[in-house]
Amino acid sequence: MKRIYVNEAWCLGCHLCEYNCAFANSGLRDMASALKGRQIYPRIHVEGKDGVFFAVSCRHCEDPLCVKSCIAGAISKTDGVVQINREKCVGCLTCVLVCPYGALAPGENGAMQKCELCLQNTCGAPACVTGCPNGAIVYEEREAAV
Amino acid sequence: MKRYVIIGNGVAAVGCIEGIRSTDGAGEITVISAEPHPVYCRPLISYYLEGKTDLKRMLYRDGSFLANVGCTVRYGVRAESIDPLAKTVALSDGAQLPYDALCVAAGSSPFLPPMKGLESVAQKFTFQTLDDALALEQAITPECRVLIVGAGLIGLKCAEGLHARVGSITVCDLADRVLSSILDAAAAARVQKHLEAQGIRFLLGDSVAQFSAGSAEMKSGETVPFDVLVLAVGVRPNTALVKEAGGETDRGILIDERMATTLLDVYAAGDCAQGYDRSCGARRVLALLPNAYLQGHAAGVNMAGGDASFDRGIPMNSIGFFGLHLMTAGSYDGEMIAADSGDAYKRFFVKDDRLKGFILIGGTDRAGIYTAMIREQTPLHTVDFSLLTSAATSAAFSPAVRTERFGGAV
Ligand SMILES: Cc1cc2nc3c(=O)[nH]c(=O)nc-3n(C[C@H](O)[C@H](O)[C@H](O)COP(=O)(O)OP(=O)(O)OC[C@H]3O[C@@H](n4cnc5c(N)ncnc54)[C@H](O)[C@@H]3O)c2cc1C
Ligand code: SF4
Ligand code: SF4
Repeated sequence: MKRIYVNEAWCLGCHLCEYNCAFANSGLRDMASALKGRQIYPRIHVEGKDGVFFAVSCRHCEDPLCVKSCIAGAISKTDGVVQINREKCVGCLTCVLVCPYGALAPGENGAMQKCELCLQNTCGAPACVTGCPNGAIVYEEREAAV
Repeated sequence: MKRYVIIGNGVAAVGCIEGIRSTDGAGEITVISAEPHPVYCRPLISYYLEGKTDLKRMLYRDGSFLANVGCTVRYGVRAESIDPLAKTVALSDGAQLPYDALCVAAGSSPFLPPMKGLESVAQKFTFQTLDDALALEQAITPECRVLIVGAGLIGLKCAEGLHARVGSITVCDLADRVLSSILDAAAAARVQKHLEAQGIRFLLGDSVAQFSAGSAEMKSGETVPFDVLVLAVGVRPNTALVKEAGGETDRGILIDERMATTLLDVYAAGDCAQGYDRSCGARRVLALLPNAYLQGHAAGVNMAGGDASFDRGIPMNSIGFFGLHLMTAGSYDGEMIAADSGDAYKRFFVKDDRLKGFILIGGTDRAGIYTAMIREQTPLHTVDFSLLTSAATSAAFSPAVRTERFGGAV
């Protein structure tokens, strides 16, 4: 299935993907009212050191530990996409404790959120990919890297 | 067609069902459920009292689950004994259920130490099942005084759940600190202070000498009047079925890395089982929900003739109390590295170039990166560990490791 991949040689560390993600999932039509002066809760985040940057979002693991570990049965996998039912989530952070990639974080109301490939919003395609100014993020089919 | 029987209807049982179905789509699965409820999220019983979930949302799987997986659940029925030679399970309704492969996923039971005068207490509860929570809910009033015996995870979660719905809460424990099995003294002091700020009172290093109508006389001499008593002293794995059938047990039912007990075609998983703990290299009961699912799943695959092993269990907890989040994992073995930053309390335990365990209060972002290092026993000389102690980040790994993790399907 298609997943999001980041080429760290091209990632500028500009954090635009974080803003595009927060906007895409805000349900609002105007970027300024969605983001201006607000704490944002993106589902992708940039990490890095010594001038090397990369954006991290959910890997949609073949064998997702978060799904098996959620104490509320709130995370499930359908057609390869790992999703959170935020109505069921109680914010215990067990999923944060088990995800090896650091891909989940709580949203504004404490319920967990993570990348759902922009399938739940109106973007049509992952907003981080579309908006990356350097083409560092791609949405494509790949095999295991090793 | 193969006949599978699962004793218990908790998360380990669901893991087992899903494990079986990943391998055998046709076999007949029967689940024996002592509790009269569809499988629910046991850890959510305190969130239920708190109003953060409800009976519908706390179901572990949605209503179509059983139909989809094709499995029969016998509610309100107990397994009484296992005959490993005849390969049958005797049920409390008189039936003898034959099996080709059996999984014991019977969980644990609250441990009730003998306590003087306990019979004089009218309103007393344990806090292990949904029915316990519903009964407790019936007993409480906005004015009532609650005494909770046990300052472990279950006692404190119960306190949080009851907090807004009762008059006062006192928690006592024989140990001199809260969460004594998972926190060191300094971390426990922080958590205790946070709970005390909510108005919860603690009597630590103290225990009940005697109950009399409406009050507890403590060993320290203090008298604690109360209306409702919750006993959360500890739990014991339900090992009797396997033990009586001749299987090996210790604290829990002993299982190998394929979840097999010493009885032929009998597997065990979850809170009743004692499997391998990767962080300490010995077999331990890991009474945690993720572990229950993962063990159950491995058992299911093997019962159906597949080949699954699960040897990466480690103790781990992520718990919040009134907005304060703490996480612990692994064993507190080896050199301790203190890495507090800002409000965050962070302790890492390192031995033989490996991360063995950690305690975090606050500073929990991306902590799964640490957990994975314990699970995988990552050599610390291959990572930037000083960066990791300041924040969990994949930037601490080599580019090659990052490519493996982020450059392809995982
Ligand atoms: C209040 C509370 C909070 C918790 N919080 C957390 C948390 O935050 N994180 C975490 O990881 N874990 C937590 N846990 C632990 C977690 O709930 C358990 O590890 C997990 O539910 C174990 O699942 P299991 O399937 O092994 O056992 P259980 O869920 O206990 O299921 C076993 C079932 O078997 C039934 N049974 C027993 N004997 C028989 C028999 N002879 N015949 C038929 N049925 C039988 C029992 O009635 C029970 O329903 C918490 C537990 C409690 C009580
Ligand atoms: S949240 Fe983490 S564990 Fe879960 S599917 Fe995504 S990357 Fe995997
Ligand atoms: S924080 Fe929410 S999604 Fe994550 S494990 Fe807890 S209940 Fe499940």
